[in-house]
Amino acid sequence: MNTIKELKKSFLIALWFMFLTFPIMVIKVNTVEQTIDWRWNRLAMVGIFSFFASWIWRYLLQRKEMGQKRAEESETPTLTFQQRVLQNPKFTRPALVVICIFAAIFPFYFSMYQVNIMTTALIYVILGLGLNIVVGLAGLLDLGYVAFYAVGAYSYALLNVHFGMGFWACLPIGAGLAMLFGIVLGFPVLRLRGDYLAIVTLGFGEIIRLILENWNEFSFGPSGIANIPRPGFFGIKMSIHQSLIYIYFIMVAMVIFTIFVVRRLQDSRIGRAWIALREDEVACQATGIDKTKTKLSAFALGATWAGMGGVVFAAKTTFINPASFTIWESIMILCIVVLGGMGSIVGVIFGAGILILLPEYLRAFSEYRMLMFAAALVLMMVFRPHGIISAVRRTYQFEGSPEKKASS
Amino acid sequence: MESVLDIKQLTMDFGGLRALDHIDLDVKAGEIAALIGPNGAGKTTFFNCVTGIYKPTEGDMFICPPGKKRERINGLKPNQVTEKGMARTFQNIRLFQNMTVLENVMMGRHCRMRAGIPGAILRNRATREEEQRVVEESYAILKKIGLAEFVNEFAKNLPYGAQRRLEIARAMATEPFLLLLDEPAAGMNNQETKELDELILRIRSEEKISILLIEHDMKLVMSLSDRIFVMDYGRKIAQGTPEEIKNNPAVIKAYLGEDIDA
Ligand SMILES: Nc1ncnc2c1ncn2[C@@H]1O[C@H](COP(=O)(O)OP(=O)(O)OP(=O)(O)O)[C@@H](O)[C@H]1O
Ligand SMILES: [Mg+2]
Repeated sequence: MNTIKELKKSFLIALWFMFLTFPIMVIKVNTVEQTIDWRWNRLAMVGIFSFFASWIWRYLLQRKEMGQKRAEESETPTLTFQQRVLQNPKFTRPALVVICIFAAIFPFYFSMYQVNIMTTALIYVILGLGLNIVVGLAGLLDLGYVAFYAVGAYSYALLNVHFGMGFWACLPIGAGLAMLFGIVLGFPVLRLRGDYLAIVTLGFGEIIRLILENWNEFSFGPSGIANIPRPGFFGIKMSIHQSLIYIYFIMVAMVIFTIFVVRRLQDSRIGRAWIALREDEVACQATGIDKTKTKLSAFALGATWAGMGGVVFAAKTTFINPASFTIWESIMILCIVVLGGMGSIVGVIFGAGILILLPEYLRAFSEYRMLMFAAALVLMMVFRPHGIISAVRRTYQFEGSPEKKASS
Repeated sequence: MESVLDIKQLTMDFGGLRALDHIDLDVKAGEIAALIGPNGAGKTTFFNCVTGIYKPTEGDMFICPPGKKRERINGLKPNQVTEKGMARTFQNIRLFQNMTVLENVMMGRHCRMRAGIPGAILRNRATREEEQRVVEESYAILKKIGLAEFVNEFAKNLPYGAQRRLEIARAMATEPFLLLLDEPAAGMNNQETKELDELILRIRSEEKISILLIEHDMKLVMSLSDRIFVMDYGRKIAQGTPEEIKNNPAVIKAYLGEDIDA
């Protein structure tokens, strides 16, 4: 690394940033006294900050390039440190045990507030895992995922209001209705590709929200539905605290169930077809895969999980209105998938943890939440385009075959 | 002898451009046929029509799988064509890059498998057995094609020649009676081309698969093919044995300016 040259580069970048931010950072017009404040100390701050930021930026870029070169030069593709750790049973088994114990005792040692946040995070985990089937595995960019979440939530709320049906009866119904919506929407839409699909699904998400907002007789409009009962447990009366813990455990069970299902699916005939579809649609068809059926199954299955998440959400908050189902929700879930690592279960769990839990614990920075999201995503695109945890494909052993693991 | 593929008067228009102009072509059982012609002659378009990727403007396409009835395949979707027993490779390699080599081959078996979503989740006996069988069969195909050392490698990490062979392996996994190869030797060196030559002959003799290939490497075409079809500007200008084609004035004229080293 040629230090003088690098220093000069950083210096120039710092100058450039000082120039760019000059009008907003330095000049301040005082409209009362009709004077201009020159805040020169800010200029110095911008300069110093951008100098060091550019330095670190280029150092990281260089490290990344070096890592890539090393991977290309070596004969066998080297696994990254992270992949080695995640695939080593010596590490994963104890880690799993610790996580399970922690999950089991968590609600008894932490406050209701903490349990509540964790439950929310778990709902996002299953939403993320559901969307991961659609976006991460099948490669269908779905920006209207929240619509299916809304279908689930409103199924429970409305069935309860009109027919007094309970949580456990509504859970499969909500999931089923969401799946039905997935299929009905999927049929006309799935012949579109990439950006077109994204736009149409985005529109669909908004349509569902607008219907819920405006069709008062059906959905009670913007005022929403209140007093949705929490899940029952064989008719036993529970305090709020107890039922929050109960919902927490329901969510833990659902997350385990979801992981179980997704794990099995992604190494199955259908799961491979989804991934193949993401990789190359034309080749996929020419290899004998029914494109429509495969896409539809991914779309419907993703929707099913959103529906389940919706039912739990309604039961947890006991109040829903259309404001909970805006486009931001879709984007949030998409961020979880993309940031965590498309197609990777551990990645999605990480993503949900980071995007849902961190903002809760960093309330102080809540004004900068969107800014931090954006920064995190940009950094990801540059340094880890596959997400925090990249997907790993299953490997098979045959007698006499070299032991190698596939990694991207 | 019975034709496994019989194309009659196939025509394909792209707007004003006639890419295929009333092409007749047939492939007989157990035959290696070649389709040659200068760049832009319409060879790939022909494959795309036959495999259902394009809808031809005119013409009839028939297949007659060995031991089955002759049937018309116009209007079938690409995956249905593959299910009927015609598999293809692509001129510009189209592998599933982020899947392992074995998985790429297993994808070829997809249309011969049954398991659905419930089966995948429950992993019942039938699904497990089917999965196990397909893994073993796919590995056997890889061994035959000479890619066994790469089983768990990602397809994108393979050397170029191996990628071309993997495309053939994937096509073979669909259990075809006819294999359509679009420039299988493109970008290969002499050694690799020689191996490919042997591989294609072996596929025909051991697997009883008929082959139609598009190729620019005249040496390969002349040594492999039983019959050759020549196209130029969307029209078929000649057909016959390698000997006949070599001495056909129309063919020589079409290729004038291109080096014909046979
Ligand atoms: N989808 C399409 N839309 C419009 N024109 C097309 C399309 N596909 C092919 N063509 C045109 O049809 C003609 C034949 O193309 P084709 O790819 O079949 O040639 P080819 O014989 O395979 O050539 P090469 O040897 O270079 O592969 C070309 O003029 C091409 O531009
Ligand atoms: Mg071509």
